Amino acid sequence: MYYMYIATGIGVIISFLVSREKTLKALRIAYKRLVKILPAFLTMLILVSIVLFLIPEELISTYLGGNNRYAGVLIGAVLGSAVLMPGFIAYPLCGILLQKGVAYMVLSAFSTTLMMVGVLTYPVEKAYLGTKVTVIRNLISFGIALVVALATGLFFGEVF
Amino acid sequence: MKHSKMLLIFGYFGFLGASFLWGFEPGVKIGRNFILFSIEMLKILPCAFVLIGLFEVWVKKETVEKHLGAEAGIRGYLWSFVLAGTTVGGLYVAFPVAYSLYRKGARLGVIFSYIAAAAICRIPMTIFEASFLGAKFSIIRLLVSLPLVIVSSILLGGFLEKKQYRLTEGK
Repeated sequence: MYYMYIATGIGVIISFLVSREKTLKALRIAYKRLVKILPAFLTMLILVSIVLFLIPEELISTYLGGNNRYAGVLIGAVLGSAVLMPGFIAYPLCGILLQKGVAYMVLSAFSTTLMMVGVLTYPVEKAYLGTKVTVIRNLISFGIALVVALATGLFFGEVF
Repeated sequence: MKHSKMLLIFGYFGFLGASFLWGFEPGVKIGRNFILFSIEMLKILPCAFVLIGLFEVWVKKETVEKHLGAEAGIRGYLWSFVLAGTTVGGLYVAFPVAYSLYRKGARLGVIFSYIAAAAICRIPMTIFEASFLGAKFSIIRLLVSLPLVIVSSILLGGFLEKKQYRLTEGK
């Protein structure tokens, strides 16, 4: 995270030294774009806060830890699509589940959809890509995640 | 914003406020989630948009067209992976960045592969993932998903370009 602040800081300083005008213009663009998309982010945050209350981590652990791996892959993919979690929460959770004996392919389905498929980011995505493309992109991503999960199962010898 | 939506948002915050006042557990939990995620995003978004601003001002349209546009061919997709690898945050940061690239002349397919790759192959995230699930897990994921991402992005991009699809911000 910090390297982003440093990179941004250095970028702004260098930009300012080269051209004051352009830098101010860049900051104006940044401000205008950010303000324009904030309502969509607010909607997203509200959705996230409610969904995470309805589907807490413990519930995810319970559902992913079932006996049937194939059902686990599907449940993992659906849960991963439905929730939004930063990596620093999601991967430690996956690590714990792995130690509890949850299959790699289930964790793969969950973590890949978590990152690629965004039901909760829909308000923001829609604002940039449009409704139709947003839906198509998410469906494709869901499919890719399932293929990845199956491939993971194959490589770890969990499929048969 | 529409009135009905405004009303819902006011209702939401009213509910949170009342929950905190009277200690209504579900409301307090939802409020905590909201604050946690807001902070998480506020840490990233201003930075991301300043970088987008600098990009818009300094990077020439021709440069983006050359490397990420129609003439770049498959190289454009490889570039999108490099850009995605260094993206911070998640999908919600990738969307505005992708939009900015698109306005500068990147083609749609490249935008889609950038978004997908920003979701699954950010370098810091992948390292973090590997530390919990093992390098083998991460390598399989990357090797299987990236070719699928390229193929599906080319197909979707081509399909939309044929239909003359245009991205417009804020609809």
